[in-house]
Amino acid sequence: MTELIVRVNGTEQKLDVDPEMPLLWALRDVIGLTGTKYGCGQALCGACVVHLNGEVVRSCVTPVSRAAGGSVVTIEGLSPDGNHPLQRAWVELGVPQCGFCQAGQIMTAAALLAKKPRPTDAEIDESLAGNLCRCGTYPRIRAAVRKAAGNASGA
Amino acid sequence: MMSPLPGRPAPRVAKSESPPKRTEDREHTESAIVIPRRSFLAALGLTVGTLAVGFETLAPAEARAATAAGGPVIAPQLPKGDGGTTPNVFVHIAPDGTVSIVCHRSEMGQGIRSSLPVLIADELGADMAKVKIIQGDADEIYGDQNTDGSHSVRGEGYDGARKAGAAARMMLIAAAAKKWNVAASACEARDHAVVLRSSSSSARSLGFGELAVLAAKLPPPKPKDIVLRPKSELRRAGGPLPLLDGPDIVTGRAIYGADMRLPGMLTAVVARPPVVGGKVERYDAARAKAIAGVKRIVDMPALPSGPPKFHPLGGVAVVADNTWAAMRGRDALDITWTAGDNGSYDSARYRDALLASVRAPGNPVRKVGDVDGALAKAARKVEAEYHVPHLSQAPMEPPAAVARVDANGCEVWACSQDPQTARKEVASALGIDEKRVTIHVTFLGGGFGRKSKPDFIVEAALVARAAGVPVRLVWTREDDVRHGYFHSTCTQRIAAGLDERGKVVGWLHRTAFPSIESTFAPDKTFGGDGELAQGVLDWPLAIPNVRAEVCEARAHVRIGWMRSVHNINHAFAISSFIDEIAHARGQDPREVLLEVIGPPRIMGLKELGAAKVRNYGASLEEHPVDAGRLRRVVERVTEMANWAGYQNARKGAKTAATERAFGLAAHRSFLTYVAVVAAVTKDAAGKIRVDEAWMAADAGTILNPDRVKSQLEGAFVFGMSVALHGAITARAGAVEQSNFRDYPVTRIGEVPRNIHVELIANDGLPGGVGEPGVPPVAPAITNAVFALTGKRVRELPLARAGLVT
Repeated sequence: MTELIVRVNGTEQKLDVDPEMPLLWALRDVIGLTGTKYGCGQALCGACVVHLNGEVVRSCVTPVSRAAGGSVVTIEGLSPDGNHPLQRAWVELGVPQCGFCQAGQIMTAAALLAKKPRPTDAEIDESLAGNLCRCGTYPRIRAAVRKAAGNASGA
Repeated sequence: MMSPLPGRPAPRVAKSESPPKRTEDREHTESAIVIPRRSFLAALGLTVGTLAVGFETLAPAEARAATAAGGPVIAPQLPKGDGGTTPNVFVHIAPDGTVSIVCHRSEMGQGIRSSLPVLIADELGADMAKVKIIQGDADEIYGDQNTDGSHSVRGEGYDGARKAGAAARMMLIAAAAKKWNVAASACEARDHAVVLRSSSSSARSLGFGELAVLAAKLPPPKPKDIVLRPKSELRRAGGPLPLLDGPDIVTGRAIYGADMRLPGMLTAVVARPPVVGGKVERYDAARAKAIAGVKRIVDMPALPSGPPKFHPLGGVAVVADNTWAAMRGRDALDITWTAGDNGSYDSARYRDALLASVRAPGNPVRKVGDVDGALAKAARKVEAEYHVPHLSQAPMEPPAAVARVDANGCEVWACSQDPQTARKEVASALGIDEKRVTIHVTFLGGGFGRKSKPDFIVEAALVARAAGVPVRLVWTREDDVRHGYFHSTCTQRIAAGLDERGKVVGWLHRTAFPSIESTFAPDKTFGGDGELAQGVLDWPLAIPNVRAEVCEARAHVRIGWMRSVHNINHAFAISSFIDEIAHARGQDPREVLLEVIGPPRIMGLKELGAAKVRNYGASLEEHPVDAGRLRRVVERVTEMANWAGYQNARKGAKTAATERAFGLAAHRSFLTYVAVVAAVTKDAAGKIRVDEAWMAADAGTILNPDRVKSQLEGAFVFGMSVALHGAITARAGAVEQSNFRDYPVTRIGEVPRNIHVELIANDGLPGGVGEPGVPPVAPAITNAVFALTGKRVRELPLARAGLVT
């Protein structure tokens, strides 16, 4: 065990864990942030997506040691009170069904919008290609990303 | 205001009295095995003082109500001691005006928490901003809580919710009328207040909170005296309703099965036998214990011989400080397994066996006229065989539950579709009385039938007892894919005889599939009545000679419900075959489909040729098989898609038609009628792409149109997974797939830009919604693939034929 320091949602966390432990379990089991979900453990579904130093990572396959000294943002830290444009668009358009994959979808889309404020539908699809939703909310996810981007047509 | 679901660690709900039992009044028919259901309405009748007066439970609701009138209502989860009004176990009005409403059904994406409680509030006249929704624990006092079979609103859900709200409204009105010394009929409840109809003065209005204490002193109305508002007074039902849990979901606050945290809690994973009925021969406990964080190794009880039911599969549990340590500990166990009787199961060979089964006569289950004579005399015969593999529900959230067991009993938080069955199974496994088991229901990260089975909840309770501390038991994705209750694989053969003009005069349909009943009872080697009523017995064929037969198939894995269940298989075969007849005749598939459905008419048992049709637990009188409604969704969806324009273009310009083609299918299930048109294209490599989709649904009265539409959109995407990707196979008894790499499901880039959904206006009884969108999707897609490529796909998925990337 080694003590690792990771900034999570702006708060410094000292973690005394196996450095090989995936970041997902450090977030969920050690720090207690359960908004980030486990869906596959093999970077196949995107339910575990968080931002590490501003980039999308699949926390289920990211050793916590890789986050040492870095800054992690989870769904709980995306906005101060749930008012990120994506979160607002998600609620207004009734995107979620069961909701389980949605944190990963939103975090992935947030990273996309940070880089490409007005993505096309093709760019949205490409960005979210690694995020599964078994309920099938994909059409509304596209619409909500467009809405948050102020780009209703998706062209 | 919304309360978190299901609440952070809370004090155990004291259950010093036994919940009332009563005669069972509904069958869980769509689930093949008959699991009794208690009704929502019976729950309303049970609420009046039954427990407080030690009322014995089998008496009719009215007698109970009369005897107990004036007694306190035993509402386990509603606020107590504030002097407010509790007309029944679903509603409480506090003196501060807060209205608490219990949602007794599980939320798994269908939006039930944004629907049923809103209907209760609407009937009551409450302001949703002052309504708090409480998720119902497992408790028979609520009536049926089994959230499957698209059951929450249809049946008694709609009127049951209205009656729960109406009883509260009547008590508040009675209190106001008493205070004002006027007749109750002069008062109405709206905007969270009771107002005097004739008065325009604000003095003649009393808020719900102001009336709560006085109303509490009045007797709740007897169930037979509850009067619903005129439907026209419902302001929200049927209109645009917000997704109430949306804000909690998009901020990560919503609590799912693995999200509960209790003090001192450890996390467990279980290594299960790869083959159902297999056993542990030996393992290396020392290696597992050497992993940092591993606390205990627990031997799970082996699966008892006989049907698997809801029993855990056995194996070895590893209990650790955290999930990662538990998973690594499990990897280190190095278990040697024995396979048992199912060790020779090979799904490829089984497919051949099913084919042989449907090539010989089976047990006749539907019979009209003389099929053999009609086929012998037919001018032309069309025959085809279809196959659907095993499938996994694969909800995004794998099964998970948190349990603590102590001298007082067992308390569980779980993502359960069927909390009452979970409660029974946990009590039975622990050998304790059911009243000492509390099941709190978390959000479900998808269910699709998997979480109707409480095996994982029983595992959590057993491991928590062995560990002596609270335990969170999680399934990995590999566990979910390998150890599920799988969708029944199915092979069918249909033969039709056509007369000189091409009209279908004979129809022989054989189906063979391992029955869900085999999961619950020994020697069930034929599909059961409830299973056959999913498309085989109830399809409204306008054909003078019809016979359906069920053929033998023995199960070797656990078979269970998956969203729309056997309708997936039967709709695929029937809707494909009607399309084959159309192409054999060189006619528009739409015209042939409408011809086979026939004129608008009600099909009774005689016309269907069936001795009985389970009809999803509903009576055929209230919910007949209505060929007219099936026609209407076909007519509407083909208008939406401009099917006629497509057919004209196809006739006119051959090249255009080869670039984009349409397929059509329609199916009635769960009392709802759905038709689908899918448009497909292919890329340069010949891979199929679903380009656009249209769905028309007649689901009777709609409570929450946006959630219904979202269910249909989702059903299309779920149906795409069935059509394009899904297949669970087994070799040497063990499932070969393990994760989304080898069990792919639909991704965003595959989904059409537009999935057009229309709900056909209908104020009849509500039908089901969560499931009926799925069955017509796969055949609509494969029919389009035929129109585009000339390749008839009779075996799912398309990936098997190399038609998708």
